[in-house]
Amino acid sequence: MARRTPLYDAHRKLGAKMVEFAGWDMPVQYSSLISEHEAVRTAAGMFDVSHMGEVEFTGAGALEAANRLITNDLARIADGQAAYAGLLNDRGGFVDDVVAYRFSPERIFICINASNRDKDFQWMKARAQGVAPVHRSDDFAQLAVQGPKAPGIIQKLTMVDLSKIGTYRFTEGEVASIRCIISRTGYTGEDGFELYTAPESAEKLWFALLEAGDKDGLKPAGLGARDSLRTEMKYALYGNDIDDDHTPLEAGLGWIVKMDKAEFVGKPALEKQKAEGVPRKLVGFELTDAGVPRHGYPILQDGQKVGEVTSGTMGPSVKKPIGIGYVPPALAAEGSTFQVEIRGRPAGARVVKTPFYKRA
Amino acid sequence: MGNYPDDIRYTKDHEWARKAGGVVVVGVTFHAQEALGDVVYVELPKLGAPVTAGKPFGVIESTKAVSELFAPVSGKIVKVNDELSGSPQAVNQDPYGKGWLVEVEPADAGAYDGLLDAQAYEKLVQDAS
Repeated sequence: MARRTPLYDAHRKLGAKMVEFAGWDMPVQYSSLISEHEAVRTAAGMFDVSHMGEVEFTGAGALEAANRLITNDLARIADGQAAYAGLLNDRGGFVDDVVAYRFSPERIFICINASNRDKDFQWMKARAQGVAPVHRSDDFAQLAVQGPKAPGIIQKLTMVDLSKIGTYRFTEGEVASIRCIISRTGYTGEDGFELYTAPESAEKLWFALLEAGDKDGLKPAGLGARDSLRTEMKYALYGNDIDDDHTPLEAGLGWIVKMDKAEFVGKPALEKQKAEGVPRKLVGFELTDAGVPRHGYPILQDGQKVGEVTSGTMGPSVKKPIGIGYVPPALAAEGSTFQVEIRGRPAGARVVKTPFYKRA
Repeated sequence: MGNYPDDIRYTKDHEWARKAGGVVVVGVTFHAQEALGDVVYVELPKLGAPVTAGKPFGVIESTKAVSELFAPVSGKIVKVNDELSGSPQAVNQDPYGKGWLVEVEPADAGAYDGLLDAQAYEKLVQDAS
């Protein structure tokens, strides 16, 4: 039986088309994927992301314990700052990609993917030294309000001065008189906030935001639009673009790895890979022939399979077929060409600069 | 037009067929386009290509997914809706009109009458929901 978030009834009330994702009954769309996608790019869209998980380290040594498990360096960010990071296995592959929030050296809060809730917690519990992680996924609902109008909409419902919260910064405060973690983070490429709140308050917050955002064109948005938005930004999706067998260096995520940190799980494997060179690289490409690249389609060169598409779509904002995939390093430079095999037929493709979408 | 125009025929694969002179015009139904979501790409066969009833003859893609198109009748493709490459959303906006996909010259003139009528198709859709 699929699990339901605290907003399940709200989604049904709004007429959402529901789909099962990672064991959860989630809204894939409310009206149309393209109109929800465009709302996020031009006004605002709101996503229920309560299925995501949360793990907390608290007490003396919390920062050090968490820091040994993730690739980014919590010692280098400030209280009230968050960092995108990898949780790696001993081969340097991704157990998950996460966002780690530094409340203080005694409180680290990590947001993990829905599909990896139990896996990540068990892994952290097994590998943590000094401070044991606490699984807090059932204590939080999460809403993401994203788009150029998002800050203005949320500001109507809070005394917190949102203009003082920069990108990847957060605070705690009240929105619609509901206590939240207010975080300027997101997965769409637009400005916006993610709000973590108690599950019993989620529905009240959801409808308060919909009402406050009505005149600005705020639309509820589902997982369909969430995926097309992040693909246009070349943001990785765990399970598609990154997994246990792919390292941050292969995935173009070296920037979330602080190799000068004393230790973190997977560091020796990455050092070795850095010395030897990566066997493949994750690139963004456009098709130059008709078609749409999709996860699993082979990437060919001279008729031979040399890689694979990990994500792809017809981008609603860029209005062209775009894809993400692993290729040999020799084919990773901008302008490199190869073919994507679509139902047995090769379609031309060219590596392009990413993100595919740039804000106007 | 309602969701189940009664002057055309239907298949269990959620396609419609309309007799027009000596050809059969083919498209996907209202129910199909609603289930698919926003159509972004349609792959159709070349003129002259043979099609076999019940077998795939093309592909229709939404932002998120790829679905096969199944021929309602056997025959030969004699016309293809070229407008769809520039405006695939016509399939969502007008599935029985501007969203038509292909015209088939049927191998067997009687095959059309064997397809589901509007009532039978509507029942099929409602039984499945």
